[in-house]
Amino acid sequence: MKRHLLSAGDLSRDDVTLVLDTAAELAKVASRPVKKLPTLRGRTAVNLFFEDSTRTRTSFEVAAKRLSADVINFSAKGSSVAKGESLKDTALTLEAMGADAVIVRHQASGTPLRLTNWIGGSVINAGDGTHEHPTQALLDAYTMRERLGRLEGLRVVIVGDVLHSRVARSNVLLLATAGAEVTLVGPPTLLPVGVEAWPSATSYDLDAVLPKCDVVMMLRVQQERMNAAFFPSAREYSRRYGLDARRMASLPEHAIVMHPGPMNRGMEIAAEVADSMRSTVTEQVANGVSVRMAVLYLLLGGAEPAIGAEPEAEEVVA
Amino acid sequence: MSLPAPESSGARSVLEPADIGRALTRIAHEILERTRGGADVVLLGIPTRGVDLARRLGARIGEVEGREVPVGSLDPTMYRDDLRLRPARALEHTEVPPGGVDGKLVVLVDDVLFSGRTVRAALTALEDLGRPRAVQLAVLVDRGHRELPIRPDYIGKNLPTARAETVRVLLTERDGRDVVLIEHAGEDGR
Repeated sequence: MKRHLLSAGDLSRDDVTLVLDTAAELAKVASRPVKKLPTLRGRTAVNLFFEDSTRTRTSFEVAAKRLSADVINFSAKGSSVAKGESLKDTALTLEAMGADAVIVRHQASGTPLRLTNWIGGSVINAGDGTHEHPTQALLDAYTMRERLGRLEGLRVVIVGDVLHSRVARSNVLLLATAGAEVTLVGPPTLLPVGVEAWPSATSYDLDAVLPKCDVVMMLRVQQERMNAAFFPSAREYSRRYGLDARRMASLPEHAIVMHPGPMNRGMEIAAEVADSMRSTVTEQVANGVSVRMAVLYLLLGGAEPAIGAEPEAEEVVA
Repeated sequence: MSLPAPESSGARSVLEPADIGRALTRIAHEILERTRGGADVVLLGIPTRGVDLARRLGARIGEVEGREVPVGSLDPTMYRDDLRLRPARALEHTEVPPGGVDGKLVVLVDDVLFSGRTVRAALTALEDLGRPRAVQLAVLVDRGHRELPIRPDYIGKNLPTARAETVRVLLTERDGRDVVLIEHAGEDGR
């Protein structure tokens, strides 16, 4: 039985539906006089963030607190990590303090998986390097389902820096599980090697795919991860792969524009697009809290986790 | 509509459709009597079948008084004391009627009253939604074996049972027919 959420690929279609349905119920808590549920009272969640993040860390913190869990924020800056403590020693310290869940963000892909060797509680991946960010994919799926009513058969275009994007990886896996059709668009230099094997299509021509899609997801150009020249200039990138008002006009009437944030206005997305009615950027943030509450509840709320069950575990029983 | 699962050989019917109908009509009248016309009554069903019963009671009260009674649902899952004993379960719908519950007389409606733990959880959940003037409890079947000091105000039928027996309520809305069954199944801790 899996206790962790490391990859969007660990979730079955039923798991995805369960998380999204649970999140939809939990979203109502935000509009009640008492915005708190007693469900995780006495449990401790640790936010272990080795990389800067405002949105994801506070989102997890709010989610855990709404479920009455105690939250400890542990950032690499100002901790023993700055004094040279290893990941393992940090993990063992958290384990000794009795953390029931460790929510981890790290610049190195695979860190959450490493942590599972040392931590008895649940490990939740809040973004590891260029690998995955499963709760972002869940909140994106939630937002699509809220706006468009379904996931199955949706045509989703993910545009930009796919190479460095853990958001793109998690979204491709999750959306494929949920039955959506994903097309990745970007300059060849920003599409990863082996992308042909992903459960998605690829294109280099944004204008060709926009009129036939339901969702456009713009990715942030991650300057901080770029150690080479991936495109000639910001202006050229913006002209070919940026979403401006003219391109937005070619979208079908119902199509929505998403962005995981933080946005580079004027680079991958024009300000007028980011602020338009089609944009779901602020909804995505609000939905993030509900979805993370659902994940925390389903992983920690019961005697055993309700999502991400390993098939072989069932065979052992049989 | 999905057909109910075939009854196991030991299943015995204790309430027929007409009995259920009569019990609900009586409860509707009792609610009106006890609340002097039910002016501030809000019916909150506990999912899943308590919600169906609350809707039926609401319709009956409406027929008698010629006035709509607010009907909603209250899922107490997140407030249960046995959450850690079982796998995390899916949440049901919570829907508070537009008028809210502040200052109202809330009647909680459930199909079977057993240990009382679900009602205990529902009372705590209700606390977080507002402050009703009073809370009452209506159940179709009271099967005994209470584990908490909880007592229903309106009862469709008192049904003496053994702990090992299971009481199943089937309702047309969900199961295609109305019937209450007693089965000698394994322990079902409701």
